[in-house]
Amino acid sequence: MATTTDRPVSPPQPTGDPGPEEPKSNVTTHLLRVGASLVVPVVAIIGLYFAGTVLLDADSNRVVVVVMALIVGVVGVFALYWAMDWVVNHIPDRHREKVRPFAFVGPAVVILALFLLYPTFNTIVLSFQDGRGEEFVGLDNFVRIFTNSEYLVAIRNSVAWVIVVPLLSVLIGLAFAVLADKLGRKGEAISKSFIFMPMAISFVGASIVWRFVYSFRPEGFGEQIGLLNGVLTGLGAEPIAWLQQEPWNNFYLMVILIWLQTGFAMVILSAAIKSVPEEIIEAARIDGAGELQVFRKVTIPSISSTLVVVSTTVIITVWKVFDIVFVMGGTRFGASVVAERMVTEFFTSRNSGVGSGLAVVLLVAIVPLMIVNVKRFREQEETR
Amino acid sequence: MTATTAERQQPIVTKAPPSLLSRTFNRWPIKLALLLIVILWVIPTLGVLISSFRPAALVNADGWWTVFTNPGANEWTFENYRTVLNAEGFGNAFLNSLSVTIPATVIPITVAAFAAYAFAWMDFPGRQWIFVTVVALLVIPLQMALIPLLKLYVNFDLNGTFPALWLAHTGFGLPLAIYLLRNYIGSLPSSMMESARIDGATHFEIFTKLVVPLSVPVLASFAIFQFLWVWNDLLVALVFLGGEPKVRVVTLALRDLNGSRGEAWHLLTAGAFITMALPLAVFLGLQRYFVRGLTAGSVKG
Repeated sequence: MATTTDRPVSPPQPTGDPGPEEPKSNVTTHLLRVGASLVVPVVAIIGLYFAGTVLLDADSNRVVVVVMALIVGVVGVFALYWAMDWVVNHIPDRHREKVRPFAFVGPAVVILALFLLYPTFNTIVLSFQDGRGEEFVGLDNFVRIFTNSEYLVAIRNSVAWVIVVPLLSVLIGLAFAVLADKLGRKGEAISKSFIFMPMAISFVGASIVWRFVYSFRPEGFGEQIGLLNGVLTGLGAEPIAWLQQEPWNNFYLMVILIWLQTGFAMVILSAAIKSVPEEIIEAARIDGAGELQVFRKVTIPSISSTLVVVSTTVIITVWKVFDIVFVMGGTRFGASVVAERMVTEFFTSRNSGVGSGLAVVLLVAIVPLMIVNVKRFREQEETR
Repeated sequence: MTATTAERQQPIVTKAPPSLLSRTFNRWPIKLALLLIVILWVIPTLGVLISSFRPAALVNADGWWTVFTNPGANEWTFENYRTVLNAEGFGNAFLNSLSVTIPATVIPITVAAFAAYAFAWMDFPGRQWIFVTVVALLVIPLQMALIPLLKLYVNFDLNGTFPALWLAHTGFGLPLAIYLLRNYIGSLPSSMMESARIDGATHFEIFTKLVVPLSVPVLASFAIFQFLWVWNDLLVALVFLGGEPKVRVVTLALRDLNGSRGEAWHLLTAGAFITMALPLAVFLGLQRYFVRGLTAGSVKG
């Protein structure tokens, strides 16, 4: 891949052992390399495990627990690398510099293999097995996912989310970025940070915020305290049980994610708009183009690649949305989505076959988008 | 567009610059539109903030906006926060969240930084294809890892512990961290590395004394991204901490409160604000790194 071949310079050659390789040392070197890779993560996991159990028992004073967690998690990991380096410095000259890189890169490789690579393959295998992961059932799980109405509803809703949320958050974000660009420096910064602020909030927190907005009380249970129903009753209309209105409740849940993601779209698009060269815009204006024409014919084409990345990133987030539907109880009223079904399927129904199948559906939906993003990120890094 | 300039050859009409008055006047519609969007965006949070400081009886009696329409009838209180922090366990949950989030941020950064240095400046067999694998792992959504990891954790009795979460978040954050750091560390000048080597510095010394201090911007961006990601995460905590009340983090506590007392809005609003307080502080204090971190996060699977 280009990322590694186009490196500007070759790394400094190890100075420890310039002599020719001795064949008989290969096995030892190899063993030492494997050892170097494994020692840090294994010691770390065992250490973390014991520290973890101690931490759990000492539930009387949480401050002590926090301090211990900090020491173990923060100082411990660095100490392990330091100790590894000390060990490498004490192995025979012949092997030393050949083993050293593995002390640096090994732990990352082991963790990735154990926590990402192995589970990914395992999930794919599980998706072709029965609910308990005991026997192969061919495509049964996928047939079930794409024929059973329970999952079809989730897929339908997910597709609706994937269309509506990116479209609206990119449109509102773009409009806001363009308009705020015309303000003074300070006004722009302040107004933008209001829109961006929800990005800091968790999906659970945002769900609570919006459940309050949508809050509904049936007749005889007191005043409406939710904002929307407060407005409705204030205008003399009947209050609405927003979250139970199929299929519109899907859209009311989408609003939460739009609220969260617009700031992201706005900030990135704003940076792109500002990087459009002033001369081009001036030239277009001198040609007699109106503001709207300048925007359509100059700004939009110049930021098109940013628009693609922002959209794909929001789409990925949308595919993976779980918390909002889960917390708002969307499933009960026909508002489930794929990622939420996947979790519920495995963790309440204990069906690892269908759960894994849904995870694979997500994988297939997300991978092409991720490839676009990674490619674009690499180009951007190269031109930096 | 620029190409049309030559064709038309219009005489350039120099317009008089618009006066200050008309400029301000022209901006009114823009300002109004922006103000409208800002109000729409802020109102939901404002309602939560106000309600969290109102007594339970008042929160249940009428809408929070009566604070503005009828300020005389309102009272303010910290009682909701007291209840939520103590009786509802948000105090412990806050400390638990810190115990989860700080190591789950520092461990992946440390592991990734060492690996990134090796990928950039050390020579070893398999360097290329291991790095390609790391890039490939960027595209995997973490949902793919949940079920097998849970089975693994159950086998090793790690489920419901902090280290289980630290390691899971480390695994999920590593591809992005390695990728970002490798790009950055690899772009440091090679002459500097070589002269350090000639001066007799070991790789470990170059890494700690030269590379880490020079990489602070990218380390900070990733740290903020990962910190917020872990702090705000519900899914991974739900799966690996499960129902263990002692280790419950804030997102789990809020979700439980929502389940058990879904109409106790004076508590829900206070609880929501406790979970938001730290991320919002990070956002307000470190906005620049925050934005950069989120931008980089667009390649997290």
